[in-house]
Amino acid sequence: MLLLENVRKSYREPNGEPLPILDIERLEIGAGEQVVLRGRSGCGKTTLLNCIAGLTTVDEGRIEINGHDIVKLPEVSRDRFRARYLGFVFQTFNLLPAFTALENVVLGMTFTGQKTDVSRAKQLLEQIGLGQRLSHKPSALSVGEQQRVAVARALVNQPSLLLADEPTANVDPGHQQQIVDLLRESCQRENVAMLLVTHSPEVSGQFERVEELEDVNRAARVA
Amino acid sequence: MSFWKIAWRNMQQRALASSLTGLSMALGVALMILVIVIHEVTVQQFESDAQGYHLIVGGSKGGDLQLVMTTVFHLGRPMYPIPYSYFKKFTEGEFSQYTEAAIPYCLGDSYHKDGFQFRVVATSPDLFEKISYGADEDGNDLTYEFQPGGRNFKTDHFFEAVVGSVVASKTGLKVGDTFQPTHGIGSTGDKHTEFTIVGVLAPTGTSNDRALFANLEGFYLLEDHALSPEEGAETEATHDDHAEVDPNDPNRGFKPLPEAQREVTSILVLCKQQYGTEAMVLDYAINKGKDRTAQAVAPAAVVSRLLEGIIGPVRLVLLVMTILIIVVAGISILVSIYNSMSERSHDIAVMRALGASRTAVMGIILVESILLSLLGGMAGVLLGHVVLGLASPYIEAHAGITLKFWQFNWQETLLIPGLVGFASLVGFLPALTAYRTDVGHALSGGR
Repeated sequence: MLLLENVRKSYREPNGEPLPILDIERLEIGAGEQVVLRGRSGCGKTTLLNCIAGLTTVDEGRIEINGHDIVKLPEVSRDRFRARYLGFVFQTFNLLPAFTALENVVLGMTFTGQKTDVSRAKQLLEQIGLGQRLSHKPSALSVGEQQRVAVARALVNQPSLLLADEPTANVDPGHQQQIVDLLRESCQRENVAMLLVTHSPEVSGQFERVEELEDVNRAARVA
Repeated sequence: MSFWKIAWRNMQQRALASSLTGLSMALGVALMILVIVIHEVTVQQFESDAQGYHLIVGGSKGGDLQLVMTTVFHLGRPMYPIPYSYFKKFTEGEFSQYTEAAIPYCLGDSYHKDGFQFRVVATSPDLFEKISYGADEDGNDLTYEFQPGGRNFKTDHFFEAVVGSVVASKTGLKVGDTFQPTHGIGSTGDKHTEFTIVGVLAPTGTSNDRALFANLEGFYLLEDHALSPEEGAETEATHDDHAEVDPNDPNRGFKPLPEAQREVTSILVLCKQQYGTEAMVLDYAINKGKDRTAQAVAPAAVVSRLLEGIIGPVRLVLLVMTILIIVVAGISILVSIYNSMSERSHDIAVMRALGASRTAVMGIILVESILLSLLGGMAGVLLGHVVLGLASPYIEAHAGITLKFWQFNWQETLLIPGLVGFASLVGFLPALTAYRTDVGHALSGGR
């Protein structure tokens, strides 16, 4: 489902020297598989997710999702591909404050180029216990509710892969477990593969497959 | 979800800033509406007021503009008069062969009530019977009519008068009432003998709605309105103060003023149309003939010159000013959206992560700019017409121009596409900022 081969990415330092961030020989995730990517701060976890999502371009290599090499896609097609086949859950939830819970989820369908299915968004929110909070704005939702809306938004297009970037980093331990449970159950129910980035041993300990980024990413080992 | 809804939600999120920038646009557009509509109505009014006759003849001392302003629009100080004998050239003298109707005007008196001031025009009943006040859309003459219960004044009833519709509505004067003209156009002049109102004109939409029309015969009999008899000329008393007055005499014992003691301020001349050149011949005879007592002007030409020479440039200046105001309002939209871009870069990055393309986020910002301009513009159109409606009575009373709330000008229809184009222009810079947003940087908390 997801295959990274010889992916390299580096940034330029102020003195013009290249600073390698990613150097991944091979990483593969199967359909519906749930994988944790663990690593210390600054080892390139977020850059890796952005590269997989096509938000950041790589210097070289192949990133294949469902058989499509997104590195070779033009930007517009990459955007459309991301909207259709990828879900994103952020560290800070990143709900848009001007929109209601339902609108935030519907927004996830807006850029796919397909007809917006509001009933699907409602159904997802009802499944995760937010049927009574559809018209509430994020400021009127609790932290746990906001995170559930973020998960619903990521899954609304029935993506192939959900990328979760430190989703438990900013919540207390009580909520941390709820979020992990929600993500795992939702992905299982929707048959969505998940790549979850975390530095928390409590979270990573619950997954069968845990990859250390330093093992996968040769650039991180050098750093 | 449409870009319109996303843009609308963004505007709601910044309700105060959006409202203020929309308001500035609304004020600019409202001003433009006022300038456009008032100018058009003024032009229409000026053009329609000078219809129904071919020439205005007045004293040669004074400009043609003054002659038209005093005779047609009842504005300004009346010109030096011409002898009555000159007027008779049109009715039974050398000009009569070219003349269909000649209406004498004697100006100089006024009527004041409740803060309103209206001119009193002394004339003959022919004004309302022999000439029209314009033409309808099909080209048919519009003839003067009287409101129910009223009629035209009679030549041999010296102290009868009719009043225009606006005068009646503003002062409450009605058929059967009397009024005393004030000598002169200021309010401090002496009051004359009273006239009885026998008719109220149906609205014509011309400046005649704002005037009172007294019988010329009675006007001549008022104090200071007759010339002193020439030395040696036969004089005839117009009133015997010692004779007993018949209470049923509509003329209160007065007799007509001898013609030698009469003058007229101006003459409206409707020319015959037999050859189509009568007006030109008459114009030439009056202005180029030996007798230079009077001048003749074609009111339409003078009005056109007035519009092109004075009102046109004023309108241009006002339009330029309002366009500048709209440009400033547009720049305020640009500044408002542009300033919010740094705080919005995170939201833009989230939308990009959800699959929005660069052009999509750029489009959302452009739509927001267009929406702000359109809503502000539409509010401005409404505001402009509300102000027109509210200011209508005041403008009508003081400038004689009738305005209505629903008076639209075709140029207003250009405002909407114009605003869309303008909004796209001012929204381009912030939209470009959205286009260039570094998603990775913005998502990691960077601005």
